[in-house]
Amino acid sequence: MQALFGQLLIGLINGAFYALLSLGLAVIFGLLNIINFAHGALYMLGAFCAWLLLERLGVGYFWALLVAPLIVGALGVVIERTMLSRLYKLDHLYGLLLTFGLALIIQGVFNNVYGSSGQPYRMPDVFTGGYNLGFMFLPKYRAWVIVASALVCGGTWFVIERTRLGSYLRAATENPAVVQAFGINVPRMITLTYGFGVALAAFAGVMAAPIYQVAPQMGANLIIVVFAVVVIGGMGSIGGAIITGFVLGVVEGLTKVFYPEASNTVIFVVMVLVLIVRPAGLFGRER
Amino acid sequence: MQRFKQLALATAVAALMGVAGGAGAQVSDNVIKIGVLTDMSSLYTDLAGAGSVAAAKLAIEDSGIEKKGYKVEIVSADHQNKPDVGSAIARQWYDQDHVDVIVDVPNSGVALAINQITKEKGKAFLASGPGTSDLTGTACSPNTIHWTYDTWMLANGTGTAITKAGGDSWFFIAADYAFGAALQRDTTAAVEKAGGKVLGGVKAPLNTQDFSSFLLQAQASKAKVIGLANAGGDTTNSIKQAAEFGIVSGGQQLAGLLVFITDVHALGLKNAQGLTFTTTFYWDMNEQTRAFAKRFAPLDKGIYPTMVHAGVYASLLHYFKAVEALKSDDGTKVIAKMKEMPTDDPLFGKGSVRADGRGIHPAYLVKVKTPAESKGPWDYYKMVATIPADQAFRPMTAGGCSLVK
Repeated sequence: MQALFGQLLIGLINGAFYALLSLGLAVIFGLLNIINFAHGALYMLGAFCAWLLLERLGVGYFWALLVAPLIVGALGVVIERTMLSRLYKLDHLYGLLLTFGLALIIQGVFNNVYGSSGQPYRMPDVFTGGYNLGFMFLPKYRAWVIVASALVCGGTWFVIERTRLGSYLRAATENPAVVQAFGINVPRMITLTYGFGVALAAFAGVMAAPIYQVAPQMGANLIIVVFAVVVIGGMGSIGGAIITGFVLGVVEGLTKVFYPEASNTVIFVVMVLVLIVRPAGLFGRER
Repeated sequence: MQRFKQLALATAVAALMGVAGGAGAQVSDNVIKIGVLTDMSSLYTDLAGAGSVAAAKLAIEDSGIEKKGYKVEIVSADHQNKPDVGSAIARQWYDQDHVDVIVDVPNSGVALAINQITKEKGKAFLASGPGTSDLTGTACSPNTIHWTYDTWMLANGTGTAITKAGGDSWFFIAADYAFGAALQRDTTAAVEKAGGKVLGGVKAPLNTQDFSSFLLQAQASKAKVIGLANAGGDTTNSIKQAAEFGIVSGGQQLAGLLVFITDVHALGLKNAQGLTFTTTFYWDMNEQTRAFAKRFAPLDKGIYPTMVHAGVYASLLHYFKAVEALKSDDGTKVIAKMKEMPTDDPLFGKGSVRADGRGIHPAYLVKVKTPAESKGPWDYYKMVATIPADQAFRPMTAGGCSLVK
């Protein structure tokens, strides 16, 4: 029983990563209708960015948490302006193919330059050690992952669902022409939204750097799962992506105890079941 | 008849051109074609990958085979760690591209498939990358030589040493495919033979990012030793996260059953120090290995050769000797010849190839240096013990290989 508490907590921590990543995807899909397959590669870029900042410039973890998302987010803006913006009138599939291609290129380049084994990112000194909770040893850093990601997810949800800026964004996805007529620069808003979604991925990447090996494949292994999370939550649903991320982290964590061999497939089983019952996902609206 | 015509034609051409070493004309299609089948894009890229191609090139250069009139070509491909992809490439290579020998193949699942196809086609397979000891056991083949290491050897070296040093209760975190299963099975046998016991194990899917759940289970088992029956990125991630969860500071010991020098490099000495494991090659053993490493590193992004790279090089050197002796590159015959001839190369020293296809050479129990002991990048291992060649690998009669009478 005690062991189970530990596993639930671990599941929640992994869920925090799923939530951060699927949130970015959901924001991008909700507002741009782009299925951003480069998300995993951008997450990896965030981690590498943090590593390069530390190794080459001596910039520490907390600054990296701020700077890396800005750098990668700026790259996202460039990608949106130069490539994605040309595809909005076409089928979803083109955006998917373009971003998938981008992901392969980015990963390939990093594989060539830095090798597949990856690089170790030093755990910041503040976070070494952990708390003995009685039922498990909780490393300080993992506790921080949950707190930080809950804050970021909650903040993003609040901005999009509860503020004026968020209402512009939502309105722009419903009817861009009308919003534009009100004097709001819709293309710029869309560009910044993509940049923000990408920055979220990079943020998750920096969060991941001290615990996972900073390796070119780190995003590729995660992205498919995160997509399943978004689909289960309902494409485009911000709150759905967050809640589903955390819940599926727990589901996966429990599978790792009871039937570990299935832990990399369980999320897809859930996806199939959900799609049969609710084709628009748990929190999605049928359009 | 076709082959005879080609031979005749080629001999005629060689004679006309006045080529001194007409021997090259004896091999199929006039060229010895080597297929390096490896992981070019995923977790085993650094320990094999492009480095295996570089090692094959160095072997061609050092064997002097081209000076003796043979033409040698190398092709390479990425099997993506998928047996179906690897099989399709192997069939294409053998059937259409006239490949004579496939080398490397990290990933036991893919290697077992290639083992089967190579036997069907009567070609040659020099396995350096894969670990499963089934390649020279129940799945042994007259067309395969397993050169560098295998799960029995790792289990025997590391499992026995750690159990005898007091680590007598074990829990495994095993990669959930052929290799992890074989490694866990062989280590369990070694541990039990040395008087230890195995408390349990968990199978983790290949390419798992987060091992914390599995590590918690290992922690809860209260075993003295946690055996990591995995490789590459899976090993580095599990070692790194074990440190985070206070596994080692909590009194449990980690046993990396298959650790490559590229893993140690990726982990950094701070994370990897003190790890004890078994290897068959280390670049800093003698003048010859050091010279090889100095030539190799610039060809592979500065990576120093792993035992897999060394195995590709050495097995090909031996292959070329057999081809020269036979003046043929017929797969079945060359493999038989390779088993007949004693081996001798700069990296593994003198040794032999057994009837079951097992390459025999010493193995070394090594310990990773502390950051203070290391003189710089790639200076990572301290030699703890040498396991003599005749004890390093599974006795031939114990493997269940049908070639052994």
